[in-house]
Amino acid sequence: MASLAGASKIALRDVRQVFRVRAAGDRAAHEFVALDGLDLDVREGEILTLVGPSGCGKSTVLDLVSGLSTPTAGAVEIDGRPVSGPGLDRGVVFQQYTLLPWRTALGNIEFALEAVGGRRKAERRRVAHEYLELVGLTDFADRYPHELSGGMKQRVAIARSLSYQPEVLLMDEPFGALDAQTRERLQEELVQIWRRTGTTIVFITHDIEEAVFLGQRVAVMSTRPGKVVEIINVVLDRTSGDADIRSTAEFAAYRHQIWGHLRQPAPAYRAEVHRVA
Amino acid sequence: MPSLLAERTETQLNPRQAQAAGPRVRTERAGRARAARWTRGLLGIVALGVVWQLAPTYGLVDPYFVSPLSEVGAAWWDMLTSGRLWEHLSASLVRSAGGFLLAVAIAIPLGTAIAWYPPVRQLVSPVLELFRNTAALALLPVFVLVLGIGETSKIAIVLYACFFPILLNTISGVESVDKQLLRSARVLGLSSATTFRKVVFPAALPTIFTGIRIAGAAAILVLIAAEMIGATAGLGYLINYSQYNFLIPQMYAAILTTTALGLAVNYGLVALERRFSRWRS
Repeated sequence: MASLAGASKIALRDVRQVFRVRAAGDRAAHEFVALDGLDLDVREGEILTLVGPSGCGKSTVLDLVSGLSTPTAGAVEIDGRPVSGPGLDRGVVFQQYTLLPWRTALGNIEFALEAVGGRRKAERRRVAHEYLELVGLTDFADRYPHELSGGMKQRVAIARSLSYQPEVLLMDEPFGALDAQTRERLQEELVQIWRRTGTTIVFITHDIEEAVFLGQRVAVMSTRPGKVVEIINVVLDRTSGDADIRSTAEFAAYRHQIWGHLRQPAPAYRAEVHRVA
Repeated sequence: MPSLLAERTETQLNPRQAQAAGPRVRTERAGRARAARWTRGLLGIVALGVVWQLAPTYGLVDPYFVSPLSEVGAAWWDMLTSGRLWEHLSASLVRSAGGFLLAVAIAIPLGTAIAWYPPVRQLVSPVLELFRNTAALALLPVFVLVLGIGETSKIAIVLYACFFPILLNTISGVESVDKQLLRSARVLGLSSATTFRKVVFPAALPTIFTGIRIAGAAAILVLIAAEMIGATAGLGYLINYSQYNFLIPQMYAAILTTTALGLAVNYGLVALERRFSRWRS
């Protein structure tokens, strides 16, 4: 599927996102510039990771692409058409577990299929089982979220988002709350799932290693205002099966390169807050 | 004797281990603790019965004011077989069930509507807070004045007492729905109505049920008090009437009947709640 990469699937052009804020004890409204002059292209069929320090506006980018919010200025396009709201061509996996606690693992996947519509109940059930198998949770179909571990919940969330076959999967630090071992396993599983499904994936993280491991390209964001400062093509030999890519020299070099970009001192908060006349 | 500390900190199986151990397993100690809990609970009830029987018999309390349990039991059986108990119980049941069900039917949709629109919520919240903190029984004279001393005023006061717990819990349940669940519903493109039906309402249901349970207890409490003041039938009337006429065992029998009614209502509602929230730990 990676061979199809090239065409621009998602495009953000000169995006600016401003929030009106009011400091405690201060009567005047201020503009808080979250994103400014952000440009980003995501190619069809690739995994693009978006890495940046906490609070740099990574999730704001994801909200724009998912259609949960609209930019103050600039354009957000999918296949050349402006994003006007949420749509089933995009699936989202959030950092917090967003499973319905009153539905089983299987029921949560069926929930997404009900939202899509057009399938009978038995058919929804069959498809849900299929995607549960994809994430290796067949034995846990009847478990409720509180009976699942954090890693399992996130697997179910991924299965749910993939079940209606979106063209784009948006992931907002989905493995951030997991322990290191579970996180690495899920990263590997995600790459395998991506190979099988060919879904375009935008993966947000603050973890440099995660960004290098998953991303074919890594977009590095700066903070306040958030913008993409560098795009790095990651070329790693992932075909050698069990080899520990994370301990290779190339991996370390990419890691170091991104670390260097992120290390640049962030401008002070006050400097980016403009008083509204 | 195991303390709370030992019991609560016992090692549990994690989900993977539990799966490996087989379906629906619990640790051996947990199984034994369950049996012991039932036995001890029963023992406590029996002990209360023994004390109630023996204390008046041996003169620890005045047997005229506290009848021994056996006499209370005999009085209860007498009322049951003569049909008088049912006459009063059914009168109470009709009033409390009527007011309670009306409250459920009105408060849940209304609470939902109030919570769904923040401006409406902000407008009515202080008013509701005033009403909630006005004791239902304080309003009994008003109800009697407006609705007379018949069934209507009694059903109305039960309705009033049940209404606010359910309404306020519905509002808080609906407005405190997890924002992440709403975001994922929006991402899936669900309409407002579908989001409400499939996400908001199920999420609010446990909180609503807490209100319903409070209302169940309030229904009986308020009704008994109302029946003591102005009625010719009902458990509250029976208790008061028995006391006036020095039918002390009968008075206790009537009190125990209200206890049984309260237990039945509470456990019934708990069972219903469990049926709807099996997904909770």
